[in-house]
Amino acid sequence: MSGLRILVCVKRVPAPGAQITLTPDARAVDARNLAFTTSPHEECAVEAALQLVEAHGGDITVLTVGPPEAEEQLRFSVSVGVQHAVLVSNDEMAAGDDPDPQATARTIADTVRTLEAEGDPFDVLLFGNESADSGGFQVGVRVARMLGIPIVNGIKGIDLADGVLTARREGDAGFEVYRMALPAAVGVKEGINLPRYPTLPGRLRSKKAEVRSIASTTEPGGLTMVRFATPTVELSETVLLGAGASAAAAVVDLLGELGLA
Amino acid sequence: MSGVPFVVIDHDRGVVGDDTRQALAFARACFPELPIAAVVIGGEQPEPIAGADSTFHIRHAALDDYAPEAWGDALHELAVAQSPSAIVATGTERGNEVLAHVAAIADQPFAANVIEAAPGDPPGTPWRIRRLRWGGSLLEDARLDATLPILSCALHVFPNVLPNAAPDRDREARPGAAVVEFVPNLGPDAGRTRIVDRVQVAEGITLTTAPVVVSGGRGVGSEEGFAAIEALAELLGAAVGCSRVVTNQGWRPHADQVGQTGKRVAPDLYIACGISGAIQHWVGMQAAKNVLAINTDPDAPMVTKADYAVIGDLHEIVPAIVDEIRRRRG
Ligand SMILES: Cc1cc2nc3c(=O)[nH]c(=O)nc-3n(C[C@H](O)[C@H](O)[C@H](O)COP(=O)(O)OP(=O)(O)OC[C@H]3O[C@@H](n4cnc5c(N)ncnc54)[C@H](O)[C@@H]3O)c2cc1C
Repeated sequence: MSGLRILVCVKRVPAPGAQITLTPDARAVDARNLAFTTSPHEECAVEAALQLVEAHGGDITVLTVGPPEAEEQLRFSVSVGVQHAVLVSNDEMAAGDDPDPQATARTIADTVRTLEAEGDPFDVLLFGNESADSGGFQVGVRVARMLGIPIVNGIKGIDLADGVLTARREGDAGFEVYRMALPAAVGVKEGINLPRYPTLPGRLRSKKAEVRSIASTTEPGGLTMVRFATPTVELSETVLLGAGASAAAAVVDLLGELGLA
Repeated sequence: MSGVPFVVIDHDRGVVGDDTRQALAFARACFPELPIAAVVIGGEQPEPIAGADSTFHIRHAALDDYAPEAWGDALHELAVAQSPSAIVATGTERGNEVLAHVAAIADQPFAANVIEAAPGDPPGTPWRIRRLRWGGSLLEDARLDATLPILSCALHVFPNVLPNAAPDRDREARPGAAVVEFVPNLGPDAGRTRIVDRVQVAEGITLTTAPVVVSGGRGVGSEEGFAAIEALAELLGAAVGCSRVVTNQGWRPHADQVGQTGKRVAPDLYIACGISGAIQHWVGMQAAKNVLAINTDPDAPMVTKADYAVIGDLHEIVPAIVDEIRRRRG
């Protein structure tokens, strides 16, 4: 085998701070003043792919289904060392509509078939366990089922030897171990590794990298977003215990009142 | 589909998780008039599941230990045989995973982490549901249009207490009725993802069970800066937590991270040192009974949302608290 061929599927999400603000029609997060990022579990999936290729050779394709702006997240992946980038989009996504999980999965599976028809099959497919924004917990499983390959979710450790992928998942009192023959898919969780930062040459390379665009033609599935709402949070008045080191006595009094010190 | 709704029981080698009862309560809320069937996948023959009107046990050698694909295949086979009006589970890691597999096999939509659900009326029309996004920071109202509705309920929204059985007139099975065994066919691929080994990790005070959590954020400034936080934690029998900035900097391991992509904690007291209070952090500790914020910025969201606050430099305040506790203990 001349190295691994790895696909990583990532999602672009806004990075809200202390509060989520909605658009007036409540059908989207108001992102006018927000930065965007790669959903954290997928950021770690990219790092996991880089580490696999460092150990075993091969190359990595990063794929996103989303608006044209998601090119930013693809280029970020290139800047940390990914070789190929693919953006799958359509007019609805360009207008800000998030496809439902069934549609996303069909789109990814179709794209995988297209990419595999042009070259070698993928050995490893990596997904985030769930996207940070919609949290559907299913796209990776659906894609793996459509392609007929095994998948395990919730993975916080990956090893590869002799064509067998060993995956570890956090359980109640330790780790559960799974083993899959390649090709295999994994739903990765943050904590599996510490994603690297881009290098300067990496940044320059990513600016010039080619991002391949593919049009999505998938029909919607059966889960349709109607509107968003922000949960009501009951807040009590904050009791100020003081300022600086002199507040220590008041803090320890409080610990005593709460029966904790 | 019109049969008895299924509740998938989350268990590990026969030990039923407490959280699974939340799905029984959720199913009862969705279907007050219908009997509810608990489905136990794999393992030895279980006792009838209390709170359900009947219990199915799916028995097969490939299901002895947790095996996500095989569990999904087996559950799907039972659903084909029984035509349940819905399949629900609690949104645990396994619950969501097994439901995702069933949904993928049946090519049906799956709504995860639901907090309210109204089945289509009349049956067969779309459900109206409300579910959590952003780890609970945002609610989504959605329509679920499915021939086989598949839903997980968000953790800790529905009670762990046993729901009342369905009204007698609709009852098809009595509580305590015999467990009905189902033996699936399962294809040759069924065993390819399963637990092949377990690694025990010894833990002292765990973040998720500690009565007090002392947590540090960017304001701590360095790995060494956590020494004072650790000293305070030790005096209080507390666990140390941190924000994502801290794990990204490599100052603490990810196992200490609190928040949307870290751990959920619910201590009696959460002491947030130099943490701004971003929603992704807040969802991880909002269940704390009391929050004490230590922060230089009186307008930081963590300060305005906290029950108690001390304004100032944590590098002075935390050691002063440590000294004061030691002084009083003599
Ligand atoms: C999808 C997604 C998921 C995320 N998941 C998580 C998660 O699980 N957990 C998490 O924590 N974050 C998460 N985040 C990141 C989150 O949005 C914030 O960036 C992060 O929580 C900020 O960490 P912080 O409060 O330590 O840092 P900052 O926001 O930089 O706040 C530092 C605070 O320290 C105070 N400070 C500075 N110096 C001192 C001093 N000497 N003494 C006292 N106070 C001081 C400042 O006033 C400020 O309030 C996630 C983000 C995204 C987009």
